[in-house]
Amino acid sequence: MIADRLAAAFAVTLLAAPALAQGYAGLGSEAGADFRMPGRSALTFPEDHYAHPGFRIEWWYLTANLEGPDGTAYGVQWTLFRSALAPTAAEGWEADQIWLAHAALTTPDRHRHAERLARGGIGQAGVAEPFEAFIDNWAMTSTSADGDPLDALTLTANGADFAYDLSLEATGPLIFHGEDGYSVKSPAGQASRYYSQPFYEATGMLSLPSGEIAVTGSAWLDREWSSQPLAEDQSGWDWFSLNFETGAKLMAFGLRTDAEGTHFTSATWIEPDGTAEPYGDGAVTLTPLERGEVAGRTLPLQWRIELPARDLDVTTAPVNPGAWMGTSFPYWEGPVTVSGSHAGRGYLEMTGYD
Amino acid sequence: MTRAAILALLSHWRRQPLQLAMLLIGLALATALWSGVQAINAEARSSYDRAAATLGQDTLDRLSRPGGATLEDFVTLRRAGWLVSPVIEGRIAEPARLQILGVDPLTAPPQAGLSALAGDGDILADFLGPGLLLVAPETAAELEGSDLPPRRIAPDLAPGIAVTDITTAQALLDRERLSYLTLAPEQPFGLPPLESVTDLSRSTPEDGTDLAELTDSFHLNLTAFGLLAFGVGLFIVQSAIGLAFEQRRQTFRTLRALGLPLRRLVLLLAAELAGFALIAGTLGLALGYAIAAALLPGVAGTLRGLYGAPVSGVLDFDPVWALAGLGITLAGTALAGAQALWTVARMPLLAPAQPRAWAMASARMLTMQGVAAGLLLALALGLTLTAESLIAAFASLAALLLGAALALPPLLIAALRAARPLARGPVGEWLLADARQQVPALSLALMALLLALAANVGVGTMVGSFRTTFTGWLDQRLAAELYVTAPDEATAARARAIAAEDARAVLPTLSTDLDVLGRPATLVGVPDAPTYREDFPLIDAAPDAWDRVADGSGILVNEQLYRGADLSLGNPLRLSEDWQVPVAGVYADYGNPAGEVRIGLGPMSERYPDLPLLRFSVRIDPEDAPALADRLRQEASLPDQAVVNQAEVKAISLRVFEQTFLVTGALNVLTLGVAGIAVLTSLLTLSSLRLPQLAPLWALGMRPGRLARLDVARTLLLALLTWVLSVPVGLTLAWVLLAKVNVAAFGWRLPMLLFPGDWLWLGLAALAAAGLACLWPALRLTRLPPSRLLRIFANDR
Repeated sequence: MIADRLAAAFAVTLLAAPALAQGYAGLGSEAGADFRMPGRSALTFPEDHYAHPGFRIEWWYLTANLEGPDGTAYGVQWTLFRSALAPTAAEGWEADQIWLAHAALTTPDRHRHAERLARGGIGQAGVAEPFEAFIDNWAMTSTSADGDPLDALTLTANGADFAYDLSLEATGPLIFHGEDGYSVKSPAGQASRYYSQPFYEATGMLSLPSGEIAVTGSAWLDREWSSQPLAEDQSGWDWFSLNFETGAKLMAFGLRTDAEGTHFTSATWIEPDGTAEPYGDGAVTLTPLERGEVAGRTLPLQWRIELPARDLDVTTAPVNPGAWMGTSFPYWEGPVTVSGSHAGRGYLEMTGYD
Repeated sequence: MTRAAILALLSHWRRQPLQLAMLLIGLALATALWSGVQAINAEARSSYDRAAATLGQDTLDRLSRPGGATLEDFVTLRRAGWLVSPVIEGRIAEPARLQILGVDPLTAPPQAGLSALAGDGDILADFLGPGLLLVAPETAAELEGSDLPPRRIAPDLAPGIAVTDITTAQALLDRERLSYLTLAPEQPFGLPPLESVTDLSRSTPEDGTDLAELTDSFHLNLTAFGLLAFGVGLFIVQSAIGLAFEQRRQTFRTLRALGLPLRRLVLLLAAELAGFALIAGTLGLALGYAIAAALLPGVAGTLRGLYGAPVSGVLDFDPVWALAGLGITLAGTALAGAQALWTVARMPLLAPAQPRAWAMASARMLTMQGVAAGLLLALALGLTLTAESLIAAFASLAALLLGAALALPPLLIAALRAARPLARGPVGEWLLADARQQVPALSLALMALLLALAANVGVGTMVGSFRTTFTGWLDQRLAAELYVTAPDEATAARARAIAAEDARAVLPTLSTDLDVLGRPATLVGVPDAPTYREDFPLIDAAPDAWDRVADGSGILVNEQLYRGADLSLGNPLRLSEDWQVPVAGVYADYGNPAGEVRIGLGPMSERYPDLPLLRFSVRIDPEDAPALADRLRQEASLPDQAVVNQAEVKAISLRVFEQTFLVTGALNVLTLGVAGIAVLTSLLTLSSLRLPQLAPLWALGMRPGRLARLDVARTLLLALLTWVLSVPVGLTLAWVLLAKVNVAAFGWRLPMLLFPGDWLWLGLAALAAAGLACLWPALRLTRLPPSRLLRIFANDR
């Protein structure tokens, strides 16, 4: 109980729960004088795959839509957050970087999740060269012999009642959101650096108390860092990463404003060949449809997504409505199926529904 | 009818407000003492639980190795998937005695104190960053103004403990290594075996908390006192109820004759008693809370001083405690009123309102009491001789007191019989016979008096013995005139140089914490000096003990460690992995909860070359001591409290000592007071019942004044006899406390000293109490109108 409250305290401030819980980055509304502000310079690789301790918050966020031998749909989440107390990276117990990780495995009838916390500088968590993002025994490790470290990865995590071990191969290029990876989050201009690798083919094993399940599917990695939080009036966020059967993909998010419940939206349309087109506020509309009760909160479980510019009008439905992350800052994150003008599957994250 | 009956029944109390007051006071006092003691015990226990939870003494397994675990151990285990969390434990003595518990809040299992970080991320950032101490409110007050890291209040922490981040703890304790790693109870799926990951060894903390066990004796002691007081209080209640029922016999008969069903009468009387119990119980709870709040700081001081147990000095109000207190009052009232109600229930409808022989004991009853008393006393003897444990020691005390109480009436009767030849004239003989006659009726009150007196003699003897031994020991132990603790080595060296100019001897000492036989202990390095050889109080020692201590081939251990670990002279004691030294001597170390080991300064500094030499004591002519203290403060720029005069230390130690037994003393006085009230109520009851005995004497020409004086004399005689019997009982009690309970509870044995002067005072107090108690009934007797006495004869008895 105390641990929960403690962790919640963490989330609220260190990881900027208004920020993270609302799906986004930052610490309170003030960025803090010593931290760097996201710029518009071109991202460079592999450097930008690694941690940016000069920025307040950062994450390596991977979701996978998987399928068992019998066609059952599964979802896997692996997230490593970095939150800085100071824009430095000291060695030893003196903590100035805090790491937090979430892992989840969703089946149609059960959602399992786990959480880890660690201080940086002691080797318990971090992002190391050659590329390995890790906390405890959870790791996202590059297996790419040459080329970009993110081209090939292994991914492991375990909790009290689940474990997974996946191999990921990228079949397309990195995608930059917004303007060359400068992603605007509010009308006031709050922004982050944001890029993705949405082209992973995944194979691997899920371990559940009932036994092991071989799975295949697709995965999507988001990389994002910032020192700026959300605007003060933004209360939460709804975020989609969708893979259509045509091979096209869509990233779309909406930041909800307290008063009106309206969205500040942003989207990136990704062609099967990796050509990406960003759409600014208002291009995509996110409409909550059916609401349901999860973990004592009322959440929109079905969404209508419209992107007229691409003749897109789809509805999403959760694989398991109970994909609630009862972690130190709680949120909903799980696999969805897509129907309508485009069929497919994807992942949905909803935060700030307290 | 019911309404009329209620009014009739209650009218009695309107006419006898004093009796009502007595009943309520008795009940309230009984409840107050009992519930007060309960509140103190509950508060102390909750402090222990908090301490245990904070210190991780609960159920979590630990990984450790001699010398401590490292950061690498921790990271290796975490990277292998094992959920472990680091802990650094230690104590600091300056600027205040404080137990430091360094944790990693990011991986720590649920733990007391850390909830104070919740809801405020800045605090957590401070905790991890610049450093923050989480402490109980009273600890925060103690640390006010110190230069320790900033404090934040965590109400769920036990006093005397500071929870802080690993880094802060490392800095405060000047220690790199981790004390141990805790292992989360629930571990993730599919981990490699622990042995393949680390060479740290896994241990499960023992069940239960040491503190709770250690302090059991103290709480048992308090509970026994509480129970004693409650029992004595019930004697009062029983007398008051008996009296009230007796006087309302006519009312009962009239009500029954008027058609009030027996069932309803009994129900009404029971309801009346329950009502009184509720009123008095509520009063008693308030009083008990006040008593507990007043005594708690003293109890907390005692527990801290004797056991090092951190107990909050602040009382919380617990509704469960209040309900339990009321429950006990109701149960006690039911017990005390049962006999009276039973009598009413069996009373024939139109029986003449004759006073029954109130608790008249037959010869057979007395024999049975004697036999039971003999058996109990034999049991007490057997337990005392064979038992080693605390529970057995307390059981033998209980058997002793109960046996003595039961033996009292037969012994009093025997004594009065034996005194018969001494009686001169018919009045003297009548006085003795009448006293004998009164014994059964007064027996409950006299038993209460005996218990209170015996407890007083016993506890007084123990405390007195302890005080005398303790002051003598202090004089020896604090042989040096000045005690200096410097903040750093350079200051210490400068201060030693200054002191050496004036002093006969400067005696530096080293000290460090250490684990002996799994318990925390202190290792002290002492110089080879005549001061120690001549004055240091050894209980037992090898002939060459000081030589061996000086060259490091022998150690001295304190009595607590010696008895606790069952050591004997010559036994080797393991001080660290590769260091074993035989025990050369044992010294008394009263008031120290922990073990202590002393060795020569030379051998110790060889073992601990980095330990700073900060403390020293100074031998100097006592009259020159204050001047040197001032010089040290000024010239070596030592803070005021860094130089302590022997006299101050003694005064502080004695104050702690007095504080320690304050509670016992207070309870003692309260118990005696309650016993006095019990005697008074019994006498009041008797005074109206005894008219049939007195009326013939009056008729024979004895004046009421003389009758009253004889009554007083008889009561004083009984009190005197009770006191005489209470002295041996009390001394036996003291012996068991000193020779058995103290050894089991504290680890030290004290010589028993006798304080006959105290007994005399106690005897006078008992006589005064009894005298006061019988004064009023006697006065009433002198003012009795002759018509009342005449009516005795008219009433066909």
